[in-house]
Amino acid sequence: MSAFQVNQHGYYGQFGGAFIPEMLYPNVEELRERYLDIISEPSFQAEFWQLLRDYVGRPTPLYFAKRLSEQYGTKVYLKREDLCHTGAHKVNNTLGQILLAKRLGKQKIIAETGAGQHGVATATVCALMGMECIVYMGSVDIERQQPNVQRMRMLGAEVRPATSGSQTLKDATNEAMRHWINHPEDTHYIIGSVVGPHPYPDMVGRFQSVISQEIKSQLMEKEGRELPDAVLACVGGGSNAMGAFYHFLDHPEVKLMAAEAAGLGVNSGKSAATTALGKPGILHGSRTILMQTPDGQVVEPHSISAGLDYPGIGPVHAHLFDSGRATFFYVTDDEAMEAGFMVSKVEGIIPAIETAHAFSILDKVKFGPEEIVVINLSGRGDKDLNTYMKYQQEHGVI
Amino acid sequence: MSSRLQTLFEQKKEKILSMFFTSGYPKLEDTRPILSALAASGVDLVEIGMPFSDPIADGDTIQMSSQQALDNGITLDKIFAQLEGVREEMDIPLILMGYLNPVMQYGIERFVTKAASLGIDGVILPDLPMYEYQMFYKDLFDKHGLANIFLITPQTSEQRIREIDALSTGFIYMVSSASTTGKVGDVSSVQEAYFERIKAMGLRSPLLIGFGIHDHASFTRACEHAQGAIIGSALIKALSQGQPVEEAVRGFVGAIHHPL
Repeated sequence: MSAFQVNQHGYYGQFGGAFIPEMLYPNVEELRERYLDIISEPSFQAEFWQLLRDYVGRPTPLYFAKRLSEQYGTKVYLKREDLCHTGAHKVNNTLGQILLAKRLGKQKIIAETGAGQHGVATATVCALMGMECIVYMGSVDIERQQPNVQRMRMLGAEVRPATSGSQTLKDATNEAMRHWINHPEDTHYIIGSVVGPHPYPDMVGRFQSVISQEIKSQLMEKEGRELPDAVLACVGGGSNAMGAFYHFLDHPEVKLMAAEAAGLGVNSGKSAATTALGKPGILHGSRTILMQTPDGQVVEPHSISAGLDYPGIGPVHAHLFDSGRATFFYVTDDEAMEAGFMVSKVEGIIPAIETAHAFSILDKVKFGPEEIVVINLSGRGDKDLNTYMKYQQEHGVI
Repeated sequence: MSSRLQTLFEQKKEKILSMFFTSGYPKLEDTRPILSALAASGVDLVEIGMPFSDPIADGDTIQMSSQQALDNGITLDKIFAQLEGVREEMDIPLILMGYLNPVMQYGIERFVTKAASLGIDGVILPDLPMYEYQMFYKDLFDKHGLANIFLITPQTSEQRIREIDALSTGFIYMVSSASTTGKVGDVSSVQEAYFERIKAMGLRSPLLIGFGIHDHASFTRACEHAQGAIIGSALIKALSQGQPVEEAVRGFVGAIHHPL
């Protein structure tokens, strides 16, 4: 049994569990009882893998980034999740969950979204399966991620604004949970990250684990070895990081490095650096590391990237942090934007601002010339063009 | 069971009126005056809400009152200070209701000890799972004579209801329908069938029905199926109208007991 996989009570070390009101219990319990059986059914596996290949476009390339490697004096590979259909890794999970929802006999789908990537990926698979789709999105995020809002609507989803609190991802998640409480019978809630009550973190992690599974075989092909020296990923809730880390968790020689959003600076009061600023607490159904006041009220996070603007972190990441298995880095808005512009010019790839945070680790850690560093390029940056352009106007050409 | 809860459920077999309100709302210092007015109006049991920033089981009204109370500066320390000496004033059972995280940060043992010392009779923490309670907290609650009150819903399985019944030391909070708090509708025949199904189980714990109970008619109807009912959001709406809180409480409770 791996020290980093979920235990029978739904815990990763001291984190995880299912802290949910009774109104959610039957749905979550049904999932817990059935998810492993369903996803191991041959018919599920066949449909999932066929759609990952023909619809999502997997395997995604593992690309040797030559110019970036030269610039940093190490061997940088990019796992091109940005080339997935819908433009990010999120679809790996939504596809898995909607196939599961169908087998549970659910007819309607709800989701929360921050940057809109998970919302788009959910709306997409709902269109594919002919299921009704409602996506909750914070009003602030609706404003800063307009292209994704339009995409969701075009795909037939209803986008409902979450108007409480900071009107971002946390509040969208609250609203989605409330919706599920009010519609327990016919609705499945597709959570977009490795957060929420058990079994969500494990289930989402499994669906995303295809990322590291492919990295292993692709590295073998290109470098004659399965294990990289380091894997870098950004962490909001942490689904892309979990997918990229998954098959390396029990190989301590692989360094796992996570980039959290430091916003205007870890100690600026405008940050989303959960592991730096948080302490153990309970939000959205799991015990995790949480940004909160001494009285246990959740603190509003800040990040320039809507997808990292979350006061918690998946319980598995809380455990990876707590146990020291993964190293966490805190990347400011400015550092992320700089990395985003740099990668665009050096490699011809415009990364999502979320993803740009992971690239910034290259400026913080010196890797050796023979070391193999895999960066999970979790999403593309088209959705962020407005933010990039506005930033450039305000800060001059980078 | 605390003696006050025991006495209430032994002496009153029907039409128990329980009221929920948010501490620190509408004004920070309104907690005690509202509580006093509720007791004076003949309410049988009071649930004092401990605000949380992310109340996922609550609808708009309690979300709003919780946020306002937090903006007013309410904290668990302040709630406890506001409840100082409450047992010199009233004898009805008092329950603290809120979410787990603020209680965890306060320290669960410290919380239970403090609540019991003030004469609090029970706690409702909807997001505290039965498993965690049994494993880690039951002995602590029992030691201090504090009841932990569980919720059941129309979707809760019979087996789980039996487990909850066996663990309960106060009453069972029967959530009237699949919903967050504050959804108002008539009590439907589907709900009545659910109430009767639970009643027919012959549970050892008393049952109070909550969620969606908002006026004399819905209270009376709910009471046909349980020992009593709980009203929350409707009272908070009444408190939000800008009247002096004592008057608002008196008017609201009066209308539940004796409709115009």
